[in-house]
Amino acid sequence: MGHLSYEESKKLAVKGLGILAVVTLVEVFIALLGNGHLIEGFRLSHWVMYPVMILLSLYKAYFIVYNFMHLGFEVKGLRLSVLLPVTLLIWGIIAFLQDGYTWGKRRHDLTKQKTEVVKQTTPPSQEH
Amino acid sequence: MATDSGVVNTQENLWEGGKSPFKASYGKLMMWYFLLSDAFTFAGFLIAYGALRFSSDIWPTPDFVFSTAPFGIEKAPLIFVTFMTFVLIASSVTMVRAVQEGQQENKKGVVFWLFMTIIGGLVFLGSQAWEWTNLIATEGVTVTTNPFSRHTEAGTYVSGEELLASGFVEVPVVHEAEAHGVAEHDTHADAGHGETTAPAVYYLPQGAADIPENRYFVKADHHGEIKAGESFEKGDNYLITYNHHTHLYETAAYKTADGRIAKEAFGPKTFGALFFFITGFHGFHVFSGVLFLLIIAINAMSGLYVERRNGYEMVEKVGLYWHFVDLVWVFVFLVFYLL
Repeated sequence: MGHLSYEESKKLAVKGLGILAVVTLVEVFIALLGNGHLIEGFRLSHWVMYPVMILLSLYKAYFIVYNFMHLGFEVKGLRLSVLLPVTLLIWGIIAFLQDGYTWGKRRHDLTKQKTEVVKQTTPPSQEH
Repeated sequence: MATDSGVVNTQENLWEGGKSPFKASYGKLMMWYFLLSDAFTFAGFLIAYGALRFSSDIWPTPDFVFSTAPFGIEKAPLIFVTFMTFVLIASSVTMVRAVQEGQQENKKGVVFWLFMTIIGGLVFLGSQAWEWTNLIATEGVTVTTNPFSRHTEAGTYVSGEELLASGFVEVPVVHEAEAHGVAEHDTHADAGHGETTAPAVYYLPQGAADIPENRYFVKADHHGEIKAGESFEKGDNYLITYNHHTHLYETAAYKTADGRIAKEAFGPKTFGALFFFITGFHGFHVFSGVLFLLIIAINAMSGLYVERRNGYEMVEKVGLYWHFVDLVWVFVFLVFYLL
């Protein structure tokens, strides 16, 4: 607090409005462009779209937390006590998304097995 | 370390209290830790969404699901939710202004910007109410039923004649309302919708029992326009039309490339539950935030914080909460609407 003068902080608020609005517009633009809504027949790979959109959202989050919530102006100890626990989420995201992916694969295997069973049992029943 | 060496005596005094190593008041510090715990709650929900979405390859994509806006706008992907995001960003900036005016001990400024923030919050809540109403009442998404899904094979929607030719039996829909003698009720409710009287029939495979699982419909959209003959690819999104006259989900029949007749299946069940639960939880935060803002705005008007002479710290604290709500939306927007 108080690291910026009143005039400077007023400017930061207006700048924040601009930055957040423009970054959001860019995100939506990428989503629409990548999913083929803007140019007929043109699509972007998810491997290009998703990292860009995730990074832009992380930038928005950083901007809000550091400037609007003033975390960037707080004492280092306070900053770390809030930010370090958040890093636990990195493993949470990796672990649970991997889990979901594995469920998906098993679901595939199950439906495959089911159709194989059906195929095996249908011919004899038709003879009756 | 060098600065500490001269103040050995004060080590004892630290236990007397009165010193704040984080140079923040107790209330502000605890607001930060509350927000940290809340962040974990939201992260848990969003990660659950991600895990369930990863487990399914018929998860509907957001640019298809969220493509309607008020005033009858259709096929406008993500436009309405972008508007909602702008509203929340703007209200976050007005909140910043309220905190700044508070630090200047400018009562009029604080009250003005707090009310601007409240208006932003209310507009956001209203928009969300419309979005939910559209999903539930028009499109038929509920906590347990999800008519949005994606095709697992390529095919072409078929007409009633084709179904009859392939050995299906036509069954007229019995209006529940008519059966109870209140036939006019429904037509009245949908009069302004411009819906034509859709052919209220469905088709059953020869000898099949008349249960929802066996009913095949001819594809029609919410305006009753017949879509038979339209083709689709594997992976294309679809919405099972919820008929507002018959109150039935019209699982449409299609012909696959190898000539088999199949019908649309419902999408992943958890979609509706996750959407309503997570955006609802966020909406509840916005709602409680608006209440807190109102209380604090009224207190500020009454001159309570002038007396305290602490640069309107209460406004700063509710500001932290309000910015957090915006912060969560950044990720809800990313996970639900962009990815």
